[in-house]
Amino acid sequence: MLTLSGLDKVYRTGTFGTSDLHAVRQVSLDVQRGEVVSLIGESGSGKSTIGKMVLHLLSSTGGTITFDGRDVTKLGFRARRDYYRKVQGVFQDPFSSFNPIYKVDRTFETLRRSYFPRVSSASWREKLDDALAAVTLEPGDILGKYPHQLSGGQLQRLLIARALLLDIELLVADEIISMLDASTRIDVLNLLGELKGRGLGILFVTHDLSLGNYVSDRVVILYKGRVVERGDTSAVFDDPLHPYTRDLLASVPHLDRTWEEVEAQEAERTRRLAGRCLYHEDITAQGRSLGDEAEAVGGVPNGLGLVEHAPGHFVGCFRKAAEEECPAGPAVKP
Amino acid sequence: MALAVNDLKVWYRTLRGDVKALDGVTFEVADGEIMGIAGESGCGKTTLGKALIRLDTRMKHVGGTVVLDDDELPLADDAAMRRYRYREVSLIPQYAMSAMNPTRKIGRMIRDLLAAHNVRYAEVLPELERRLGLVGLETDVLKRYPIELSGGMKQRVVLVLSTLLNPSLLIGDEVTSALDVSSQKAVARALVEFRDHGFVKSMIVITHDISVLFQVADTILVMYAGHLAEKAPAKTIINAPLHPYTKMLIGALPKVGDRYEEQQLEGIEGRPPSLLEPPAGCRFRDRCPLVHDRCAEAPPFREVAEGHHVACWAVS
Repeated sequence: MLTLSGLDKVYRTGTFGTSDLHAVRQVSLDVQRGEVVSLIGESGSGKSTIGKMVLHLLSSTGGTITFDGRDVTKLGFRARRDYYRKVQGVFQDPFSSFNPIYKVDRTFETLRRSYFPRVSSASWREKLDDALAAVTLEPGDILGKYPHQLSGGQLQRLLIARALLLDIELLVADEIISMLDASTRIDVLNLLGELKGRGLGILFVTHDLSLGNYVSDRVVILYKGRVVERGDTSAVFDDPLHPYTRDLLASVPHLDRTWEEVEAQEAERTRRLAGRCLYHEDITAQGRSLGDEAEAVGGVPNGLGLVEHAPGHFVGCFRKAAEEECPAGPAVKP
Repeated sequence: MALAVNDLKVWYRTLRGDVKALDGVTFEVADGEIMGIAGESGCGKTTLGKALIRLDTRMKHVGGTVVLDDDELPLADDAAMRRYRYREVSLIPQYAMSAMNPTRKIGRMIRDLLAAHNVRYAEVLPELERRLGLVGLETDVLKRYPIELSGGMKQRVVLVLSTLLNPSLLIGDEVTSALDVSSQKAVARALVEFRDHGFVKSMIVITHDISVLFQVADTILVMYAGHLAEKAPAKTIINAPLHPYTKMLIGALPKVGDRYEEQQLEGIEGRPPSLLEPPAGCRFRDRCPLVHDRCAEAPPFREVAEGHHVACWAVS
């Protein structure tokens, strides 16, 4: 449904826009209907930038974003409006998404004014009740209240309900649970799981691996703007290959294992993969000379591409930052 | 016994009445113990941390005592508390790393801080440099501005400077929040290391992230709406909690490997009560699956096994 291919974002920084910051490099991924794809990365990995580009809040500097076969990177005002009927976003801080001086109902009213001006009050009310029921909120508890009277979890579910009023097909959920309390967090996550069951595609942007793992079907691991590994959630979490993914998984505070225990468990894998680069090994094994590499991986330059190491499990060159050298040595340098 | 808190009550004065944010808490922290405090927002965990160092103008010490190393802390007396601050009790407040003066180099800022406590910078400089090395920082961070450091580096600087005079108690409020997982791990490990080196005798680590507490804390104290719910060794809280709130809270946390398709976790219905007019009795009553008549009376915070305290009538 949503396909990103070779997406790039370069920010101009410095006093007179003299230097470039490559926030997103050649990112390709896709989201299908009825599927949650998690975009996992630390700060500065470009995960939010990607989400914002999909939502058309930022323009891209290269590559394409297609939605149902249509390129949406350059939409006019009118076309964008139609796009937003199908694609909506929910963001990190629910309190700043609402204007504190108005009742929360206003969020729905503005939506009605711009998208459903001809719907009668009675049928609008019915629609609203349906949307609130879908996010397990009681209309009586919510409507007519001010944002400060509701909890973060309730506000976040309200925003999802607002998106649902539009019959969306894709939801971009950018860190939507990181500001919520543990006791309500899981309700929002379960809601995502339920929406997925109803055929919605969800791009779930998060820095928290245990949460990313809970609902997502596939994960994309980003580091400094580049996809280092992606694949089915269980494949990536059970058999992390890229050094960055392994570091990340070893740093997550687990609830059932201490960091020392995780490190001990991972020691064997770490030893086996030390000084190697599966990406270059696989490319070579497939009989392609390294000179043809750029071509072999779909015209992606500078070794930013991925290789399918196992079915449905893709991994990129084992160097971490794009400027670094491949750990397997300069012999296989891209 | 490093710290003994007895029936401490700290309320906030507001125009609509007193908010009973900390309403009679009693616990002890042993020498060398790292105690984690967990709970939802508004449960009073930050108020507890702040109360041990300075009551701001809205806060009112209503009752109870705090004894640190056989010395009772004069909580209500702002001027008398000054003797204890930083030297005996040190606090890393929330968002400390973002509160560094952006126009001062780190070294200059530390010098100012020490001067305010009549300590000469040159005297502690060798120790300062040694400790920066311990947390993996170069000594030239002292010549840098906060903007030049990453969040994890700033948080480690804050940790070093707040423990420079070897306080008896360090309170870290959300010190690992808002950091990437790798920096989080480095900061969390530095906390344990500082305890192991004896730079601080005991520690209170306040966070909403229970999995971090499981990694660093010896014991975990769970708070709910200004009351204590449960205190036990960290492993017990995670694996065998007794209070229904703790059980539900732990049950709501997905472990790496839990999948929505396989097993759906449940959140806790409802919200904590307003602390302006909190209901009498157990404050978790409205959300508790085990509620019965007796809960109208507040349950005592009793020791049910060695080192395991619970405030619930259903737990005997």
